[in-house]
Amino acid sequence: MTWSEMQPLLSQGTLDTLYMVLWSALVTVVGGLPLGVLLVLTDKGGLLQNTPVNKVVGVIVNIGRSLPFIILLIALIPFTTFVVGTFIGPTAMIVPLAIGAIPFFARLVETAIREVDHGLVEAVQAMGGSIPTIVRKVLLPQALPSIVSGTTTTVIALIGYSAMAGAVGGEGLGSKAVTYGFQRFENGFMIATVVVLILIVTVIQLLGDLAVRLLTRRTRTA
Amino acid sequence: MITTTGLTKVYRSGRSRGPEITALDGVDLHVREGEVFGVVGRSGAGKSSLIRCVNLLERPTAGTVTVDGTDLTALAGRGRRAGKELRRARSSIGMVFQHFNLLSSRTVQDNVELPLEILGHSAQKRSARALELLDLVGLADKAKVYPAQLSGGQKQRVGIARALAGNPKVLLSDEATSALDPETTRSILGLLRDINQQLGLTILLITHEMEVVKTICDSAALMERGRITESGTVGELLATPGSRLARALFPVDGAVAGPGSTVIDVTFHGESATQPVISQLSRTYNIDISILGAAMDTVGGRQIGRMRIELPGAFEENVVPVGFLREQGLQVEVVETAETVAGVPPTADLPDATEPSAALTEEGAK
Repeated sequence: MTWSEMQPLLSQGTLDTLYMVLWSALVTVVGGLPLGVLLVLTDKGGLLQNTPVNKVVGVIVNIGRSLPFIILLIALIPFTTFVVGTFIGPTAMIVPLAIGAIPFFARLVETAIREVDHGLVEAVQAMGGSIPTIVRKVLLPQALPSIVSGTTTTVIALIGYSAMAGAVGGEGLGSKAVTYGFQRFENGFMIATVVVLILIVTVIQLLGDLAVRLLTRRTRTA
Repeated sequence: MITTTGLTKVYRSGRSRGPEITALDGVDLHVREGEVFGVVGRSGAGKSSLIRCVNLLERPTAGTVTVDGTDLTALAGRGRRAGKELRRARSSIGMVFQHFNLLSSRTVQDNVELPLEILGHSAQKRSARALELLDLVGLADKAKVYPAQLSGGQKQRVGIARALAGNPKVLLSDEATSALDPETTRSILGLLRDINQQLGLTILLITHEMEVVKTICDSAALMERGRITESGTVGELLATPGSRLARALFPVDGAVAGPGSTVIDVTFHGESATQPVISQLSRTYNIDISILGAAMDTVGGRQIGRMRIELPGAFEENVVPVGFLREQGLQVEVVETAETVAGVPPTADLPDATEPSAALTEEGAK
């Protein structure tokens, strides 16, 4: 395979991968953030202590996290077909990717929020702040750097998942690597996809770190 | 302004069937409008639970809390969540904390604006009020800075500005100066005093530092093992014979002599401070008086003198001179001699808790 043959495959693969990863990341954040907050609030000693809710959500999250992604991918085919109309192609892959990543992200959000000093919550309670106020003005802003860093980790995990999705009818670099690199023994192409993946992961990690640095710069002592 | 009756708080340690720990055991407290009231006690005495029960950050197990005529315990309802009414009542009670509890994600000004955001004021109004308060606490130039760039004393000033934002009538101070060095402590206490006088704010503070009570309190209470054991205005306490709080507030040192002499502590306050009582005593009864220790100090804004003197002869022989001193309006306490008591009474420190179990902290109970 020459570079001119590889190049269009790689760029199409990259675009599909980014399309799947970024959309599923968006859905993951939208779904995982409230779930993480809920886990903290309903926990024992939490502001909305509710053991049944906490246990149920905890169990669902744990099941989601313990299923191997490839199994989840196949198990979700009927649901994906119901939502998107098909289970093949990059758009269809967004569904299992997001569902696979939401529990993971929810746990990261939970950890981030738990680290917020309880004194701050107490201070806002003493001002007469309601629970939504505490979540909006204390828990989320104070945990933001950790949440951003958790988002970076999640996006990178999603890139890994998306390569697997390629094997089950998705598009993207993973599917290209399987079709051309593995099934046609094009070792050169395989290496090229790996290099592109490494580049994507590196760039995302750098961007994530930069964002965290910008967020924490002002909170550290000068 | 603040009244608690029979306030009781019981914690269960560990799981629901664990042993109970009583942090507050029927506390009756009465804080008058416009005064600075200090509750002192060792860690674990229940001070923290007490101040947290006043704005119901902690739900008392029994008893009532009334602040500015509103029964907060009635507003609280039964659930864990604070209802609208309780939240509104809380917004008129300011609170400052030992560790300041400022949001590191917000600038100083935005921290001060937070209570006003909760009250739903417009951005313009919030900003004007915040700047006015920062000016009051002497930090007008730090509005756009983040808390991490401030010193401890400056952080506490921001904390005070924030507590004042909602125009409270009552300020609760939870060990506000305990994390600060002595000099910063003095400046923060001065600020609290100014606020108390200028704004007529009632301040309830808890502390383990006698210095705090001495500097700014009009009244004080001693808390031990969940109970208030002494309470009153500083003047009343100093006039109470045997008051441990008074002794801790204003200790006199001086070695207690052996047998054959009588050692007494004399407290001067008010007019008697200016009378030449000791020389009168010496002349009238023709006795030699040794001064073992003496101090003058300002407690609660009043000049107080204390002196430990030794009279020759056993106590029985000195009944008349002691009576003379009492007639002069002095407060006289006989110090037991070395023979009867093993140790010298505790001086600058708080009275010792009698047994170690008293040191059970509410933290430990959680």
